[in-house]
Amino acid sequence: MPKFEELSVGQQVAQADYKFTRDSLVRYAGASGDFNTIHYRDDIAQAVGLPGVLAHGMLTMGVSVQPVVTWLGDAGKVLDYQVRFTKPVVVPPKGSAKVSVTATIAALDQESRRARVDLTTSFEENNVLGKAQVWVQL
Amino acid sequence: MVNPEIQGKRYPRTPGYLVGREKVREFAKAVMAGPESLDLDYAKAHGYQDLVVPPTFPVVIQEQSLQVVLADPEARIDFSRVVHGDQRFVYERPIVAGDELTSELEVASVKSLGGNHMVTFETKIFDATNQLICTAISTLVVRGD
Repeated sequence: MPKFEELSVGQQVAQADYKFTRDSLVRYAGASGDFNTIHYRDDIAQAVGLPGVLAHGMLTMGVSVQPVVTWLGDAGKVLDYQVRFTKPVVVPPKGSAKVSVTATIAALDQESRRARVDLTTSFEENNVLGKAQVWVQL
Repeated sequence: MVNPEIQGKRYPRTPGYLVGREKVREFAKAVMAGPESLDLDYAKAHGYQDLVVPPTFPVVIQEQSLQVVLADPEARIDFSRVVHGDQRFVYERPIVAGDELTSELEVASVKSLGGNHMVTFETKIFDATNQLICTAISTLVVRGD
């Protein structure tokens, strides 16, 4: 567990890169129960005017918090987690889409020993999540 | 078009959902989680009775509640026009494998914005002793005609 006293606002606490493949999307569909076809069928994604098959927003949200969980060493210390979905992650049929996550301390509450960690999740130079904030207990 | 009168509507409590250990592992692998949600010894060493779910796991419960709303003819939500706008999970305590959960969904707000509708749902998740353990808040954007 990181020590609350050693943290400062603006400090980067975690960074990680992830590769989303079509396998990742099929696996997430099964695990979550979200079988919307735009997440695995190219023909349907095209027919509804999308740039391609998209990752589930909830997959991006779920993966983006993992660097923070690894840093904490305990998934149970996440108290509050929110994101806004701003841009899609397009996953090609072959190869992968690289998603990069950076986690930075945005606020510290001395009394409750809680920290707000803000996430930046990018794909092809664009931020795909907005207002991505995690409150953690230290 | 979404029926604005569903604002404030509460849907009946969902049937119990037993959080299975292997389901937690399956979900954890899908969101590329580490030993925090995969390794039972690790969980126990951190003081938990069983595997702790990844932070976004309650979406599985929320999904069940949302299906009820989408199937409600009064709501008039066309799923083919729905885009996920935002999502939040507020925890009262961690969820672990073995928890038996129920949920209650309320339509917190229905707003119109530039021909689209923004519908915010609040799903309260309770354990077997009826204690609130997590609130999932989700906004869907329903594109207009």
